[in-house]
Amino acid sequence: MDSTTPPPTAAPASDPLLILRGIVKQFPGCLANDHVDLTVGRHEIHALLGENGAGKSTLVKIIYGVMKPDAGTITWDGKIVTIANPAQARALGIGMVFQHFSLFEALTVAENIALGLNNPEDRVGLYDRIVDISTRYGLPLDPKRAVHDLSVGERQRIEIVRCLLQNPKLLIMDEPTSVLTPQEVQKLFGTLRRLAAEGCSILYISHKLEEIRALCERATIMRLGKVTAHCIPSEKTARELAELMISAKLKTQNFGARAVSSHAPRLVLDRLTIRSNQPFGTDLKDISFAVAPGEILGIAGIAGNGQTELMEALSGEIPAGSPKNILLDGIEIGHEGPMARRKRGCCALPEERNGHGAVGGMTLSENGFLSANMRGALQRLGLINRKRTRAFAAGVIERFDVRTTGPEAEARSLSGGNLQKFLIGREVVQQPSVLILSQPTWGVDAGAAAAIYEALVALAKGGTAIVIISQDLDEILMLCDRIAVIAAGRISPPVKVMDATIEQIGLLMGGSRHQEPEHVPA
Amino acid sequence: MFRLEPRGERSTFWTYGSPVLAVLLTILTMGAIFAVMGAPPVTAIETFLISPITSVAGLSALAVRAAPLIIIGVGLAFCYRANVWNIGGDGQFTLGAIAGGGLALLFPNEAFWWFYPVVLVTGILGGMAWAAIVAALKLRFNANEILTSLMLVYIAQLVLVWLVTGPWRDPHGFGFPQSAMFSAGATTPMIFSGTTIHLGCLLAPLLAIVLWQVMARSVLGFQLRVVGQAPRAARYAGFSNARLTWIALLVSGGLSGLAGIIEVTGPVGQLTTSITPGYGFTAVIVAFLGRLHPVGVIFAGLLLALSYLGGDAAQINLNLPNAITGIFQGVLLFYLLGADILILYRLKRVNPAAPVTENS
Ligand SMILES: Nc1ncnc2c1ncn2[C@@H]1O[C@H](COP(=O)(O)OP(=O)(O)OP(=O)(O)O)[C@@H](O)[C@H]1O
Ligand SMILES: [Mg+2]
Repeated sequence: MDSTTPPPTAAPASDPLLILRGIVKQFPGCLANDHVDLTVGRHEIHALLGENGAGKSTLVKIIYGVMKPDAGTITWDGKIVTIANPAQARALGIGMVFQHFSLFEALTVAENIALGLNNPEDRVGLYDRIVDISTRYGLPLDPKRAVHDLSVGERQRIEIVRCLLQNPKLLIMDEPTSVLTPQEVQKLFGTLRRLAAEGCSILYISHKLEEIRALCERATIMRLGKVTAHCIPSEKTARELAELMISAKLKTQNFGARAVSSHAPRLVLDRLTIRSNQPFGTDLKDISFAVAPGEILGIAGIAGNGQTELMEALSGEIPAGSPKNILLDGIEIGHEGPMARRKRGCCALPEERNGHGAVGGMTLSENGFLSANMRGALQRLGLINRKRTRAFAAGVIERFDVRTTGPEAEARSLSGGNLQKFLIGREVVQQPSVLILSQPTWGVDAGAAAAIYEALVALAKGGTAIVIISQDLDEILMLCDRIAVIAAGRISPPVKVMDATIEQIGLLMGGSRHQEPEHVPA
Repeated sequence: MFRLEPRGERSTFWTYGSPVLAVLLTILTMGAIFAVMGAPPVTAIETFLISPITSVAGLSALAVRAAPLIIIGVGLAFCYRANVWNIGGDGQFTLGAIAGGGLALLFPNEAFWWFYPVVLVTGILGGMAWAAIVAALKLRFNANEILTSLMLVYIAQLVLVWLVTGPWRDPHGFGFPQSAMFSAGATTPMIFSGTTIHLGCLLAPLLAIVLWQVMARSVLGFQLRVVGQAPRAARYAGFSNARLTWIALLVSGGLSGLAGIIEVTGPVGQLTTSITPGYGFTAVIVAFLGRLHPVGVIFAGLLLALSYLGGDAAQINLNLPNAITGIFQGVLLFYLLGADILILYRLKRVNPAAPVTENS
């Protein structure tokens, strides 16, 4: 930590803001919280750590009144309370940014924020206050834009601003930085430190251990629903933290240089120009690059610069202008839809899991069928081959260590990271010849991220060309052979990761960075 | 005081409990309405809901009434699962009757074994054609299918009136607005002698089971469910929205048409100006009450069929207007929509002394 003067009330013991005692939450087939105790002091930035499915989201949902605990007490500000619903939590002064956003796609930013407020009076002057807060805390937002046009990063800003508008005493953030760029993360940390200094406590969930070390004063570590350790993150290394979470030694990862063959490229984009199918989307202009067999190409960039469109153009959701724009192993596929491309071996997974990469209300079997029906031969004579479909899902669950009750569990019952593991696994086991992933390790813990990287590298060794669209530069630098930067719908020529410097990449991301939404003067 | 608070998830209990609650509340309310109208509530309810089905004749009448409701209802449930809101079942029913009935009038001397199936298929095609207009307007001009399908009901009705008062009027019918009776070759056969139970009564549950299996096991059913639940995921998977919209509308239109042709070649026996007491609209309630599940639709269809019989019984025995049927259906839909809130919300007693309250 860079600050030399610790906050005055760093010791939580005296008069904590929030005390949880013996919280229990049982789901069918899964004890998500097993007598959890947690104390959050005033002014404190407190980390909640644990591997995927440890029960972190469940615990904070209980604090925010989204779920009811089966047992246990919550003491808030010295009084025992029952928090029956989020409105009540907000009235107490608890704000929360969810791991999965709860925004209405068809409404504007301002309308979405207004819906989350408890009192109608709050809405007076809302527009100006949104602009005010968002600029003050470095979270640029145009209140007039419709949510369905926004990238994940932008959506998250809405949730943060929505909370800040209510002047909370406790702000809960469930994996807020998974989709932010390093600069955005730094800005957010500035915001959070300032909030903490102003008297707002912060309960912070993240799998990014370096961030936890930089930001949080204390940490509570959970494992399989139980609290297993407490620590001061700045006194531990990231590796030690990770080992506390999984209570095992972490394998050192070294993806060294892979021999990238000089064979004909598997995937070629040739002057791909696409109009976005969203009113405020980013058009893709003249995108050209090629990916060789066995190569992993990383595409970095700030959210909202055309990543969504690029993903949909590659997956086939938006057809290219001409078949020649996209070549797969030399075959023109620009005009083909997702199913035809997948059949040829071009698989993709978008960043948004809920409702895009997966259907929350359907089982894992069905979600497996969603993308793997062709390559996995999961259908026969127009009927779903249930046995094979189940076996397919079970195989993914097994291989990617997805913590769930089984293939018949609904996708929405999985913890965020576990669902992500399942979806990545679903694409990987299809043995695609080209694989395109967006934010592949969004929300997965260090151990699972390592497993995903390993699987991707193995796939590449087998000759798959992989494209990773990610805002996590560290991830790209560690995993990829070459890196390109997307900004304002244009892409920079890919360079070897070994030759690239952070400054150079930062310049590419920022230099040609398109205008942020303009702020209407209040 | 009570307040609704979000559950944060769908309650499985109330998904199925809500129709039951709605039926109970409807019965209580009907009792109150009967009382206001001067009929003893308990007797009236008994007359309305129980007396019609205490005899074999009553039960077979119930089956006859339920058949079109179930056939249309399973089609609508199929369609609604895909998030396509066809409420013009009555129009597609009418067009089915017109198309198949027209063919039957044109060829009055054909052999049953081959001609009757042809008549049925023509009826199905008629219903499909009417629904196809809705699909085309929706996909071509993005016209809301709720409005277009509803408007097409009235057009279908007027076409029917024009036909039976004009070109297709029975010359020996003393000027009544009706066609000639259909020939034996185009008449829906009876299943059990001595009752009114016809082929349609058998077909209805069979179709429900077939559609249930299609929904649950086929790739097509899977695609429809994905489109209905998560349109973006359907796009990601590469399911064609246009194709699925066509299928949803053609299947529900075709089934409504089938119900129409069975009804006119069966219980009605000819084309008249009033071949449907609003089966297509009642089937909307049937579909929702049956939770958009074909098996649920069978039970819901029987209950709403009972409301028609009950209306007749109330009129005959208690001198009540048979608008009672419409009131029953309306009240039921009202409570069903109301009770469905419990799927997503729970009722919570608010203690005025609680430390935290909201101004409401
Ligand atoms: N609605 C639900 N029904 C059944 N099981 C559930 C439900 N919600 C969560 N679970 C289970 O509870 C466990 C804890 O989930 P939780 O979302 O709290 O994990 P988490 O620590 O937030 O993980 P992640 O880091 O992956 O987000 C998981 O095993 C999950 O499958
Ligand atoms: Mg979580």
